[in-house]
Amino acid sequence: MTLQAWFALLAALALAAWAVGALRRRTARHEAGRRFFRHPTAAWGIGILAFFAIVAVAAPLVTSFDPRQQLDIVRLKNQPPSWSYILGTDLYSRDLWTRVAYGARISLMVGALGMLVAVTLGTLVGAVAGYYRRWVDAVLMRGVDVGLALPRIFVLLIAIALFGRLPLALLVLVIGFTSWFGTSRLVRAEVLSVRERDFVAAARAVGAGAARVIFRHVLPNAAAPIIVSAALGIGNVLLLEAALSFLGIGVPPPAPSWGNMIADGAPYLATAPWTTLFPGLAIALVVMALNAVGDALRDALDPRQEAM
Amino acid sequence: MTAWLVRRVAASVAIVFVVVTLTFILMDLAPGKPMLGPTERLADPEAEAELRRQFGLDGPLGVRYVSYLRQLARGNLGASFGLRRPVADALAEAIPNTLLLAGAALLIDFLIGLGLGVYQALRVHRLPDVALGNVTLFLYSVPTFWLGLILLLVFGAWLRWFPVGGMSDPVLCPTVSSFYCTMDRLWHLALPALTLGIVGAAGTARFQRAAMLEVAGQDYVRTARAKGASERRVVLRHQLRNALLSFITLFGLAFPFLLTGAVLIETIFAWPGMGRLATDAILRRDFPVVNAAVLLASTLVVTGSLLADVLLAVADPRLRVRDLA
Amino acid sequence: MTEPLLRVRDLKTYFVTDRGSGTAQAVDGVSFDLYPGETLGIVGESGCGKTVTSLSILRLIPEPPGHILPGSLVEFEGRNLLTLAAPELRAIRGNQIAMIFQEPMTSLNPVFTIGDQIAEAAIIHQRLSRKAARARAIEMLRLVGLPDPAERVDHYPHQLSGGMRQRVMIAMALVCHPKVLIADEPTTALDVTIQAQILELLDRLQAELGMAVLLITHDLGVVAGQADRVVVMYAGQVVETATTTELFDRPLHPYTEGLIAAVPRIDAPKSRLQAIPGQVPAATAWPSGCRFHPRCPHAWAKCTIEEPPLLGEGGHTARCWLVQEPARRRREP
Repeated sequence: MTLQAWFALLAALALAAWAVGALRRRTARHEAGRRFFRHPTAAWGIGILAFFAIVAVAAPLVTSFDPRQQLDIVRLKNQPPSWSYILGTDLYSRDLWTRVAYGARISLMVGALGMLVAVTLGTLVGAVAGYYRRWVDAVLMRGVDVGLALPRIFVLLIAIALFGRLPLALLVLVIGFTSWFGTSRLVRAEVLSVRERDFVAAARAVGAGAARVIFRHVLPNAAAPIIVSAALGIGNVLLLEAALSFLGIGVPPPAPSWGNMIADGAPYLATAPWTTLFPGLAIALVVMALNAVGDALRDALDPRQEAM
Repeated sequence: MTAWLVRRVAASVAIVFVVVTLTFILMDLAPGKPMLGPTERLADPEAEAELRRQFGLDGPLGVRYVSYLRQLARGNLGASFGLRRPVADALAEAIPNTLLLAGAALLIDFLIGLGLGVYQALRVHRLPDVALGNVTLFLYSVPTFWLGLILLLVFGAWLRWFPVGGMSDPVLCPTVSSFYCTMDRLWHLALPALTLGIVGAAGTARFQRAAMLEVAGQDYVRTARAKGASERRVVLRHQLRNALLSFITLFGLAFPFLLTGAVLIETIFAWPGMGRLATDAILRRDFPVVNAAVLLASTLVVTGSLLADVLLAVADPRLRVRDLA
Repeated sequence: MTEPLLRVRDLKTYFVTDRGSGTAQAVDGVSFDLYPGETLGIVGESGCGKTVTSLSILRLIPEPPGHILPGSLVEFEGRNLLTLAAPELRAIRGNQIAMIFQEPMTSLNPVFTIGDQIAEAAIIHQRLSRKAARARAIEMLRLVGLPDPAERVDHYPHQLSGGMRQRVMIAMALVCHPKVLIADEPTTALDVTIQAQILELLDRLQAELGMAVLLITHDLGVVAGQADRVVVMYAGQVVETATTTELFDRPLHPYTEGLIAAVPRIDAPKSRLQAIPGQVPAATAWPSGCRFHPRCPHAWAKCTIEEPPLLGEGGHTARCWLVQEPARRRREP
């Protein structure tokens, strides 16, 4: 790796650490912020997420090669980590660290956007079901039951196999469309309890329409589980995308995604284990961070619950 | 109670029905033909038409759907396009293998997970809890298939403690006694089951720890202490009994997790189970197998959830006996 | 002069708050005596430390956030409960000293029958067989006035009404005929008519079983009706101790006066409700000097600097400088 890339990498680390500190200082005044940082893993989680986000955004700066560039297919195939190639090279003699960095872009983006779609859908459905109740609720919740009756991977396999390889945008949408069921149940439960509260009755008494009541009164109070669900949801989507890419039907090579990198490395597991190890470790670290942050958020936003 | 049970079962059947119907329609609406990719086509249109007739794929959707249902009612799952054999046969071979894997994984999951969760709650915030908490966080966050690969690498390739794939040694088993054959199968079962089981156990431990801690803060635990009960009695009789109630809901969620895991783990460890069968069939667009697999999968999931609900109703007196006050 | 059954001396229970705002001195030097057969009322507003006091006696304070300071003494029949080894403490809990709590719904385990829960104390302390313990439970249910005890014994807590649950709690506490019953706000969560029934029940049982009762409440009416002697608590301290009649006839501490005056009366012509101005201070920052001085109509310079000890004689003491300098008492405006 070039010196410039080394500097950029160290700068990214420093920036991530600073971000954690800054966040901690800014939220120290709020009860929720203090409760959040009471968890030692929460700070690490924010730091790891910040680091990967920075790496994803500044990928060209922290790396010295092109992610699709085959450096020397004859001599640099499947090389172990060294000073020049800090995470080693893969079967096409591409620098692994570069691919991990650029892979962060795709994996994180798929994760965030997929979660966004899922949480939006889930919140809408859950809110409508919880607010209107009766037959609307019954119909919607039966639909959710149907959705939950099949493991997501089956549905996605079928969808993708049938319609052929999907462009990335469509992949994100499809993942989102299959991941909202759990969130909708959560939101529905919250809405059901909030809607009985007096301020909702007061709002309706002054003539507020359903949409207004839902968005301005009910949802803000139900925000806590939605936020926690979002944080944990990104992790699930990440794992799902990795599984799909591993099976060959997610992000198409040669574009690097952590999942298809593992697929690339699997046949060479015994001879070049680093090609499988590092992408998987990246996934594990990010999902770990998301889980830690999600748990700390759960504790911070709703003190009634004892968090993990 | 029975009225509720009947309603739940009926709802479950309805759900499975809807899922299967949706799959059927989806398969049909997809571009391309069976056995071919979305854009391929056979060169000879007549041969193609003949193939379709052979597999009963001509005719409007409604007619085919009804005929499918009728076949289903007779217990006929159809014939696989690719495997050239009745679907039921292929399934009958694959299902026990998956059940074995999933069952072993479930056992590992619950035994270790419960134990860890309770242990952590008893030592909460002290070193064992914090250390184990980080370990479970990590194991809960790794991609299952990646963990399988790593375990395969370390224990299969490097240490050679376990075999690297398959269900049994094809040469060994027919020749030696059944005891050795069973041992051989167990030996092959170990890694895949451990992979699935460990990831599951991590999640279970986290969940159970939280459940135990929530119960620990309840008033009735304080009442038990005020009565002079020993710590052991308080924990085992009062706390655990209540924490186990939430554990039952986890049981219902285990099935979808295992199914998903089966798909990936079976691929990695070359385990001839349903997951692999289904994945191959989906990728090869082998409709009858896919339909059957979906039917089976949704039935399993729905049954698991139903079982959990029933267990909960039995275990929790608040659900079992209605208010008489 | 009989010996007190329970002697509490200088009890201090502090809680560490993780907010960084310091330690909450919930109970800060409480002392009182409980004599056999009497009912001692501990009265005060929420936040004064009365519940923490009652929990501290049986060491039911959760240890990480809270701790009872060494130097505190809780003596029962000559033994210091605070330094007792765990097995010996457990032998006393539920057996010689029993406790009932404010919320009967959450204080009963939802997954066991009430019979099981009542019998548990008998099984633990008296080693009764399950059959004998069950018979005992039915007997106790009859004692506390629960209708159809033989049937109810197999019911679950959620199947009973609030009043019945509290009776069950009482039955549970009295199974081993304890010498002391600590009742922490036993009627606060109940309807008024049920309240009266429960208090009457406690009265009857006390007479029948000859036990001492430590009755914790914020309701002066309950104290007036039930207690022989009263301890008034404020800001983690005892501010007045007296017999009930003495307390209501001749309250010494301005806080007690305020409490009594705040009770609306039908017989006296009053146009406005009399409230004690100000708010209960936070346990992390007790006021200097006399803790009541910010809210006291009679306070003067000394009150803000020096904390008064319990002054007075006989059974009637108060933590107020007015006991020594009654002339400082201001007239009604």
